[in-house]
Formats: sequence, structure tokens, C-alpha cells
Amino acid sequence: MSDLVTMESIARLVPVGARVLDLGCGDGALLAYLQSTRSCTGYGIEIDDANVLACVKRGVNVIQLNLDEGLALFDDTSFDVVLQIDTLQHLRNAEVMLRETVRVGRLGIVAFPNFAHWPNRLSVLRGRMPVTRRLPYQWYDTPNIRVGTHADLSALALQNGLKVLDSFGIQEGKVVRFAPNLMAGTSVFLFSR
Amino acid sequence: MPLIAFSQSMHFAHPLALQSGESIRAYKLSYETYGTLNADKSNAVLVCHALNASHHVAGVYADASGRIEAKSEGWWDNMIGPGKTVDTDRFFVIGVNNLGSCFGSTGPMHLNPDTGQVYGADFPVVTVEDWVNSQVLLLDQLGVTTLAAVLGGSLGGMQALSWTLQYPSRVRHAVIVASAPNLTAENIAFNEVARRAIVTDPDFHGGHFYQHGVVPKRGLRIARMIGHITYLSDDVMNAKFGRQLKEELGLDGSPATLRSEYRYTTQEVEFQIESYLRYQGDKFAEYFDANTYLLITRALDYFDPARSYGGDLKQALGKASAKFLLVSFTTDWRFSPSRSRELVKALLDNKRDVSYAEIDAPHGHDAFLLDDRRYLSVVSSYFDSILLENNMGAPR
Repeated sequence: MSDLVTMESIARLVPVGARVLDLGCGDGALLAYLQSTRSCTGYGIEIDDANVLACVKRGVNVIQLNLDEGLALFDDTSFDVVLQIDTLQHLRNAEVMLRETVRVGRLGIVAFPNFAHWPNRLSVLRGRMPVTRRLPYQWYDTPNIRVGTHADLSALALQNGLKVLDSFGIQEGKVVRFAPNLMAGTSVFLFSR
Repeated sequence: MPLIAFSQSMHFAHPLALQSGESIRAYKLSYETYGTLNADKSNAVLVCHALNASHHVAGVYADASGRIEAKSEGWWDNMIGPGKTVDTDRFFVIGVNNLGSCFGSTGPMHLNPDTGQVYGADFPVVTVEDWVNSQVLLLDQLGVTTLAAVLGGSLGGMQALSWTLQYPSRVRHAVIVASAPNLTAENIAFNEVARRAIVTDPDFHGGHFYQHGVVPKRGLRIARMIGHITYLSDDVMNAKFGRQLKEELGLDGSPATLRSEYRYTTQEVEFQIESYLRYQGDKFAEYFDANTYLLITRALDYFDPARSYGGDLKQALGKASAKFLLVSFTTDWRFSPSRSRELVKALLDNKRDVSYAEIDAPHGHDAFLLDDRRYLSVVSSYFDSILLENNMGAPR
């Protein structure tokens, strides 16, 4: 997910100069990219020691925190944009975090693996859970504890009163606007309250 | 060849006004420096010490013939030195002994120039803010206008934080380890037990024990024992000592053997942990000054930058313009991660640059002095980023 094209298509949703909070920021690559190409400022949140270290190495602000403990550290609307890139699927409190994203940020951007992508459907039709480049884990050994689809997130957003400002898929580094629920391995949403 | 450290002393003839309203008329500060101040004076790092440490931060001492003195390593020698986490080949590192301490800087065991008598209990109460003010005067003398970083753990972290509030334009980065925005009631309580142990020792003589030729060692021992308990975690104590009984030496002093039988004694050392605490207490009482212990624990108690803002830490930290790295340790219950998170939150609310690492280490508060790879790598990477930011040469 940290490939350049994906980063670019997400970065395009982030206003220039925005104050950004990146939940589950990994090694800080996206934040560093936003800082250098879109003059953004902000912080990453990470639980993993190696990723925290990688962020400090890059000179990206990082706060070591377990997202399942919530975002009490952050005030309402204290960020222009809150990112959850490949994070939601790892969270126990995924629904709460979706609401927290738009509480803390004016805009929320969520990207996660779309389980309804056709090869996944095909795999399930054949009776087996999918193992693909995008979902490389066996069902019994996956960090993805929330498995959902593009359409599912759309419904969850509606249910929580979130406004979907934009949504699309990403497949092979290309933005997919036609039938993303079927045609894209990654689903991207831009929300506001 | 290890880094050889030289203890130096700077005399200050102008009175230092203290937060209490009192002042110290003339005083000296002991300090050490390692590495070289670069041409544009942009690579200075000040290291602030905690309760019982000193200006001897790194390196070892050598005698006149160049022989290295045994066990003379600086208290943060694992962190600071050539090629280490804080690399003295690149940074000019300064350690300073705080006023009121007992390692060379003016303290209660010295003569009060106003009376010609040893200060003793009359040494004025000094605060974290007072220390920072005196450190600034030392840096002025050393030709350091702006610090690349100020670094400290525990009470040293409080000084680092105070630096960013008292002299925001003179510090670019603050690295604050295992610290807190103030002490909790429980923490003050531990300090008070330690102080009462000292003050109620018959050898304390109201703090004027020097002229009686005695030292309130019993009080100091107990103060150190209680302190030591709070610096460790339950887990690490169990791992290290458990319920092990104190070993017995053979008659000829031959190696110790493990004992399995209770001795049914109430006053003798029975368990290994007792022996350890007594040993730590004895060692401490030999070198540490009782009045210094009272002064430094009080400085800890008084530190509370939010106090003048009605307890609003966000407002208090609004003065800071430095970039911050905060580190805490999960098993530290004396300066717990939640206290560091309060600082992180206040910095976030002020939109300051801050990174925070919460290291899952078993060693309690003591972890900040120990070798934990994750901890040292984060600090090391942070110092590398300071080098890159200031074009002070590529990191190692």
C-alpha cells in the first residue's frame, strides 16, 4: 500500500498545507510524502516499535499508541485530515474509530482491502477464503480482523451519519471509478461529519 | 581508548536570585564537557541529571599517570560518548551538577559566605527553574547561545521541559525520558517518607550534622531503600530476587551457597531482596548528602509548570517552541506512561512537533538508565535527525 501511485491517489485528496493525523502510519512514508509534496504537517500514530523507529528516522512526528484505546489524546476538529490507510481492518473498535476519525478531523480518509473484489468472490465461490497479493494471509493467521467490502463501508458510513464526499477503488495502481466494489482490491473513502 | 572525562568548575560571583525570593550570593558549578563545540556553535547538548547523579555523565576518570580509575564510568556512559547514542564525535555534550547537590557544585556542605558557617539546613530551597537559570549562566560562559538539544530523564526530564519554557529561543530540541509534568500525591508521599527517615535520624541534628562530625546514615539508607523499590517493577524484582533466601558465605569466605532453610529471625537479613536493599542503602549513605536529598526531592515536589496557569498544562506549554522527543517505559510506575502522555497531549494541543515512544521494558523507572535496544535506537535516530536538520554532517 505504500507504492507511489497509491500514495499519490490518496495524497490528491489531502488539501495542500493540511494538518494531518495518520492513524497506523506504518514507517511514515505517506506522511513524509505529504510533508514534502503537499506542505502538510502532522503526526503519525503507531503501535509497532520498528515503525515508530522508522518514523523517527525519517523525521516524521510519531506518537506510539494503541488505537484500540481510542483517540482521547486528540481534541475535536484538531486536524484538517485524519488518515486511516490500511488500518481499519486491524482494529477491534473499527466503528468507533470511524466516528473518531471525523470527530478529530474535518476530513477523514479511509483505505482498506475490499473483500468484494472479484478474485476474492471467486475464491469464496470455490469454497476457500482468498489469498491474494492484496490479502496475502491465510484465514487462520491474518492481522485483518475486520473483513469488509467497499459497499459495507459505504453502509457503515451512512449508519453513523458520515457524509461520503468521494469514494473509489484502487487496482494495479489505477483509480477505479466504475463498479469499485467488484473491480478494485483497495477501497478508498473521503468522509466528513 | 575510552573517553577520559575531566571534572571542571566554574565560579559565579553574581548572586543568583531564586524562585523562593532568596538568593545565593556566590557559587560554583561543577561540570564536564565531551566533544567539541563546532564553528557555528550549533551542536551543543545539555544533559540534566536526576536525583542522585552528577555532572559526570560520560567517560571515565584517569589518574595523573593516565591510569583509568576503576568503576569511574559516567552515569549515562551507555548513552553518551564517541559513536554512542548521543555521539560526542558530533555533539558537544555538557553535564552540570545542580546547585544544592553534593558532587562539587555549591551545596549544603559548603560555607555560606554570609555567615562563614557551613550552610547545612540553611541552604536555600532550589527549584527546577533555579537550576535552569544557573545552567544558562554556565552556557553563557561556555559560549553556547542555543542548545541543539537538552536531554534528561526523570527529574532531568523536568529540567529539559523547563528549559523549553524558560528559554524557548535557546533550545531547539528537548528529549524528555521517563518524566512527568509534575509529581502525583503518591510520588510526593514517597519523597516525604524518605525525608522523614532522614530528618528523624538522631544524627541529623536539624540539618547541621556536619559540625557534630556525624552523618545521618540510617535515614539516608532508608530513604534510598524506599527510593530503590519505587525505581524497580514488581516483575523485575521477582525475576531478580524472587523469594530467594540470602546466600551464606563459607567459613573461609568461599563462594556463597544457596540456603533453603528459614532462619526464623526478625532482624537478620533473611531474603535476598533485603540484602540487596541494605547494600544499596549502605552504599548510598557513604556518598550522598542528607541535606541534598531533602533539597532535591523538594525540587521534584515543587515542579509544576502548569501551576501558574491554573493547572492548565496546555497553556503552560504554549511557551515552548522546541521540538520534542518523549520516551516512557510501560512498567515505570513512579513516572508512568500516562504522565508522559499528558505532556504529549499538551504539546499536540499547542501544535508542537513531538514524537513519543512508549517502550515495553520490564525494568520500571530504572529503565531510562539501562541498555534497551528499542529505547536507545529511538533516541539515537532522533539525534541523527537533529544532525540532518542542521546540516551538521551525516549521521553514522
